[in-house]
Amino acid sequence: MTEQINLENIVPEPQEPGEKTTRRFFLAAAGAAGVCYAAALAYPIYRYLASPEEMAMNATAVTEVTLKDANKLPLGSVLMFKFGSAPAMLIHHQDGRWISMTAVCTHLGCTVQYEPQADRIHCACHGGVYDPYTGANVSGPPPKPLKLFKAVVNDTGVEVSRA
Amino acid sequence: MTSKTIATSVYDWVDERLGLTELAAFARHKTVPVHSQSFWYYWGGISLFLFLVQCFTGVLLLVYYRPGAEAFESVRQITFVMHFGWLIRSAHAWSANLMIFSIVVHMFSVFFMKAYRKPRELGWLSGMALLGIATVFGFSGYLLPMDELSYFATKVGLEIPASIPWIGTAIANMLRGGPEVSEFTVQRFFALHVVVLPALFLPLLGFHLWLVQKHGNAVPPSEEAKPASERKSMPFMPNFLRKDLAMWLISLNILALLASVFPWSLGKQYDALAPAPLGIHPEWYFMSPFEMLKLLGNILPGAIGEIAGMLLVGVALVLWLLIPFYDSTSASGRRGRNAHYFGLLAVFALLTTTLIGYWTIR
Repeated sequence: MTEQINLENIVPEPQEPGEKTTRRFFLAAAGAAGVCYAAALAYPIYRYLASPEEMAMNATAVTEVTLKDANKLPLGSVLMFKFGSAPAMLIHHQDGRWISMTAVCTHLGCTVQYEPQADRIHCACHGGVYDPYTGANVSGPPPKPLKLFKAVVNDTGVEVSRA
Repeated sequence: MTSKTIATSVYDWVDERLGLTELAAFARHKTVPVHSQSFWYYWGGISLFLFLVQCFTGVLLLVYYRPGAEAFESVRQITFVMHFGWLIRSAHAWSANLMIFSIVVHMFSVFFMKAYRKPRELGWLSGMALLGIATVFGFSGYLLPMDELSYFATKVGLEIPASIPWIGTAIANMLRGGPEVSEFTVQRFFALHVVVLPALFLPLLGFHLWLVQKHGNAVPPSEEAKPASERKSMPFMPNFLRKDLAMWLISLNILALLASVFPWSLGKQYDALAPAPLGIHPEWYFMSPFEMLKLLGNILPGAIGEIAGMLLVGVALVLWLLIPFYDSTSASGRRGRNAHYFGLLAVFALLTTTLIGYWTIR
């Protein structure tokens, strides 16, 4: 170890031009190696922390959901379910129509609520109102309508798929 | 204003409030002795680095770990579902073992260099307390996955405080949260592992590091005997720091290699009705005291053996702690030699009982 000490206390000597480029090359190579090393450490940590996000992404790839026994839903009531990872709703209207749409408010992402008495869809966060048949934004801050899904009723339940 | 003058004025602003110039001057004047045993100076730094790795990987595990009844399921998820979760968990477990190992190396190097002598007694005591807390970290962390091995290790480990006369059962029940190891145990061990122990460890570590800055590195007696002109040293900034960081990098590489090539396993979920698995044994750093108690139990059967064993281990530990006050003079006299023999005896006893322990695993 003693010898190394003398090596390290280098007094800057007059350098040859070639020596300077070698040193610069060495520093660049060391810097690149350092960046690779840091990336090799950061990559698994990023993937680890992003795991649930990836799972949710896989879930949104879902195009069809089968709601078992949803055909028994009474008139004028709603069934909340998950389409992929996001909340959605199936409404059985008084007139017998089946309507399904996303339940995520287009304003700031709160979950909206079907109100049978007022026959409207209401968002409690900022008072947004949507049409319960078409999903159109009727009043309040929502900028866009709620996306409709296709709902097909059969003997065992309701099949909801992307329209 | 040029960027240089902005930088200067920002520096001046901070300097006026925090005294950076004094710190820089202190760092510039700090030196590290250079001699044939300088290698051992790195082990405190390596321990510190591995502790930082523990904090970092620990926080990452905390992101998905759920204590209580779901403990095993959440560790299973970390290990098999989350991307690279197995690697993070493996790094945490390996780093824990390497940290205890490097603290033990650090302790013995301090012991044999007699670095505990005046004025460094508090450095020795705080270091021993840090090692003590580190083993409790290890013991409490071992339970958290709640697999078969961790369940039985905790069950057996808590029999040791339980064998203390009169108050033992009450202590063990308090630690366990009931008469049996259960989800209550893992919940309180979790609180201990991530809140109580760090709250004790961090200030103590700060104190320990402050003492090192205050007194500097100790030199072994052989070096102390030399006249000042013959002693060599190197500046801390940047020479020793550079070597220190190189050691950290080497440690990180070894850790990465161990954690990825030998991933830490996860056993079956614990089952309070299942018999203990074959070949179950304590972690290597608990093997020696465990084996000592077992050997003494063979010589003195029954409760007497247990109490005698605990007394013996206890007395040896107290003597070990008090060594700075026994071997206090800087001249290496008879007491210095005795301390040296005591250290050799300790190394011998630790190694042989550990070996016997592993030898007799069936």
